[in-house]
Amino acid sequence: MTRVYVPRDSSALALGAQAIAEAIEREAAARGASVELVRNGSRGLLYLEPLVEVETAQGRVGYANVEAEDVAALFDAGFLQGGHHARSVGLVEQIAYLRKQQRLTFARIGITDPLSTDDYVAHGGLEGLRNALKLTGAEACEALVESGLRGRGGAAFPAGIKWRTVANAQADQKYVVCNADEGDSGTFSDRLVMESDPYVLIEGMTIAGMAVGATVGHIYVRSEYPHSIAALEEAIARARAAGWLGDDVLGSGKRFELFVAKGAGAYVCGEETALLESLEGKRGIVRAKPPLPALAGLYGKPTVINNVITLATVPIIFAKGAAFYKNFGMGRSRGTLPFQLAGNIARGGLVELAFGVTLRELMFDYGGGTASGRPARAVQVGGPLGTYLPESQWDIPMDYEAYAAVGAVVGHGGLVVHDDTSNLAELAQYAMEFCTLESCGKCTPCRIGSTRGVEVIAKIRKGDTSEKQVTLLRDLCDTMVSGSLCAMGGMTPYPVLSALDHFPEDFGLEPASASGQPAATAA
Amino acid sequence: MEETTVSAPDDLVRSHAQPGRTLLAILHAIQDEAGYVPPAAVAPLAKALNLSRAEVHGVITYYHHFRTTPPAPVTVQLCRAESCRSMGSEALAQHIEAHTGCHFAQHGHDHDHGHAHEHAGPVALESVYCLGQCALSPAMMINGTLHAKVTPQKFDALFAAAMTAVARNEEAA
Repeated sequence: MTRVYVPRDSSALALGAQAIAEAIEREAAARGASVELVRNGSRGLLYLEPLVEVETAQGRVGYANVEAEDVAALFDAGFLQGGHHARSVGLVEQIAYLRKQQRLTFARIGITDPLSTDDYVAHGGLEGLRNALKLTGAEACEALVESGLRGRGGAAFPAGIKWRTVANAQADQKYVVCNADEGDSGTFSDRLVMESDPYVLIEGMTIAGMAVGATVGHIYVRSEYPHSIAALEEAIARARAAGWLGDDVLGSGKRFELFVAKGAGAYVCGEETALLESLEGKRGIVRAKPPLPALAGLYGKPTVINNVITLATVPIIFAKGAAFYKNFGMGRSRGTLPFQLAGNIARGGLVELAFGVTLRELMFDYGGGTASGRPARAVQVGGPLGTYLPESQWDIPMDYEAYAAVGAVVGHGGLVVHDDTSNLAELAQYAMEFCTLESCGKCTPCRIGSTRGVEVIAKIRKGDTSEKQVTLLRDLCDTMVSGSLCAMGGMTPYPVLSALDHFPEDFGLEPASASGQPAATAA
Repeated sequence: MEETTVSAPDDLVRSHAQPGRTLLAILHAIQDEAGYVPPAAVAPLAKALNLSRAEVHGVITYYHHFRTTPPAPVTVQLCRAESCRSMGSEALAQHIEAHTGCHFAQHGHDHDHGHAHEHAGPVALESVYCLGQCALSPAMMINGTLHAKVTPQKFDALFAAAMTAVARNEEAA
């Protein structure tokens, strides 16, 4: 019996993994070969997908970018014994892209069958929850504070402080809500957790429930992620059957229930208060803060709301201790961040590393430069609301404070590379257009400002580069930054102004000064 | 999409408006079954949930996902967000328009998102913003099936297969 792994992750499926799995079963049956097919998660080495792996005495041997048509030839080449074929990439664990990473949150992805409870426990699962159950709620909150974990959704608020606030609130019902509305272009780490290691999210949310005294959790997943929704629903059902969820979590006598809610294609529902409105079944309109969701969140009750990666990082902190986790990173950015290499990049995928790595290292040492082979020109870090970084900023260490110092955001660590054929004025106009499409409409700077922004940038691009228009655009951006209720309107100017400051020639303006010091940005 | 295959709006509401379900969850259940949310479902939904019709209409039209007309037999959803743009999604969009003879809906200029889903004929082209395949751009969905690293040639083959499947279904029906 030879174990063969074909990922079930949606990236592999989008490149034909289902047909490959079927072809392997067909071919094995025809040849009388004894094969156990495991549908594992993705390793996060997305540039190699579909990545088929075969278990051998030496370890798991990989075959990359496999197509269904290759399967017969793979059998001919003796791939069940790890035989050589043009698609061979050797032992997967030895691939430098993977070997050099510091996989904490993503320790299991691709190795296990994401839905196997046995696999999960065999690879360190539930250790964190078991440890957390020995602590009081207050002790658990303090352990999270001590770890230095900050919200990985982009805002980087200390997670332990948020938990402590909810724990100290008095209420008959509290909730844990997971923000899985991963709508930012350039990000897919939440999706990888949900599809390739869903139990780690379930475990993290259960720990959160125990720490703050919440008995019910909701995972709000965007409708664009049907594979994630299916994986979570199946994993929750199995976790419940295994006694990990329900009235008696791991025999502790404590209760925690978990539900999946499906979004409906509204980007702004990634904003926590809009998400809560949507979870209640209403239009996803942003709420004014205060009150904070920690005190008045879902249905007005105290609510821990964290993003997927934040909650999926909780189990390892409780398994290995706050000090272990805190030992990674730099400055006030502790631990690791799963960077997502996206866009025009030769080797796109998930790279989990401690804070402090630079954009240049990520783009070239891991990413291998652009996919087009042309020079990279601008990198947008932190999603559609993040700034475009020119080459002069590619050596800044990935650290929340170091990025903030130049008006940029690390955000959730997604980076989208653009080559020298890109037009940053066009991308700036698109940023404003996206805001018109997705603004919830509650506040004027966002709703109307974005429409005016599209118009002004269009005028500049048509050749009206008078000082008047540029002043108007900057003034408008200032109003949006200062006057919007949430990050949708408040940060749409970030990509716009960074494009204008660093790539003025794309707007038909004079190139940036030789000193490389652009005019101050909005931040 | 024959009328006979779709339950009457009243029946849809009755079977899906279960206690404890939010309006959003009920709308999903209705669209999953019928393919869209029939406008005639608004009044019974409002009654079942003790909401005004305006509130129900407001929720349906707020979210891009909900359709108020039946979907086209072949629905192409192309990602137009930053990562896919960096890998030529705009050129791909032009190719798709030329190849299919259809146009992408311009819902940027219309606040009633329902209009974005209008189509004539068997093909509808829609813009979406991020399918979570940003390391493998450009990405698209054809009738809900995800495809990554899409080139014009790959699109042509996928589109031809989808059209053939539709023709086969029509013959069978």
